[in-house]
Amino acid sequence: MTLPLFFFYVFAIIAVASAFMVIVSRNPVHSVLFLILTFVNAAGLFMLAGAEFLALILIVVYVGAVAVLFLFVVMMLDVDFASLRQGMLQYAPIGVVVGIILLLELLLVAGSFALAPELMATAAVPTPAGVDNTRAIGQLLYTRYVFVFQGAGAVLLVAMIGAIVLTLRHRTNIKRQNVFKQTGRKRHEGVEVVQVKSGQGL
Amino acid sequence: MLAATGIGLGHYLTVGAILFVLGVFGIFLNRKNIIIILMSVELILLAVNINFVAFSSQLGDLAGQVFAVLILTVAAAEAAIGLAILVIFYRNRGTIAVEDVNMMKG
Repeated sequence: MTLPLFFFYVFAIIAVASAFMVIVSRNPVHSVLFLILTFVNAAGLFMLAGAEFLALILIVVYVGAVAVLFLFVVMMLDVDFASLRQGMLQYAPIGVVVGIILLLELLLVAGSFALAPELMATAAVPTPAGVDNTRAIGQLLYTRYVFVFQGAGAVLLVAMIGAIVLTLRHRTNIKRQNVFKQTGRKRHEGVEVVQVKSGQGL
Repeated sequence: MLAATGIGLGHYLTVGAILFVLGVFGIFLNRKNIIIILMSVELILLAVNINFVAFSSQLGDLAGQVFAVLILTVAAAEAAIGLAILVIFYRNRGTIAVEDVNMMKG
């Protein structure tokens, strides 16, 4: 067993085991943490396949952004997660049946197909020799796929605006700052000159 | 690139298939908890990405990795929107159980 193969098995086994823990763990916070573990190990798998840029992007995007988002939401919502697990096993048998059928079909496909030898010559974008992965993807993403790249940016922009618009709420009965009211204030509204007779108070 | 290390395409496809099935199974298993369902969707998208990267590496075709980047983008956007909808649903109804999501039923 070569060293890369050994690491492949380590990453793969940990990724699958923690993905299983994501779906069966009782506490959603644990689920999020196992999701992070899954993604870190998947990043290791990507690294072994020579996709260094994607591996690091996976860690940055998932562990740095998405998992933290999940953690925030899980901790922000005061939900009784125990009650949500009621009747969890009700759907487990059909889930197991569907899952086993799906897994067998996928493994059948993965194990039985063969790549045509001339397929290597027909690559849409052959990997350039002597250029590291990040530079190669950058050269591709900013030239040939630049419109797709812009489209991805637009998707993110729409998602950001959508998330803000969805969660924004104007609560009544709280005090807010009104800048126009503050700057439009006149002197006679705020200050009053009172003649106080000596010996008397106001 | 893959062949020299003894790791075959089948290895990657197997891991991808198992992760995909675990994601689907998670949706069945956690029918009430929509947060776990969103995480299962993330697992499914990760499985798709693993397949893309494996084929990209095997065939020496960088287009697969560019596609994986785009899938990553869409997955992040989907998670953000999904969680935003979840937050406003919780604010309105005080629960996140999927079975209570029937307000639009006629």
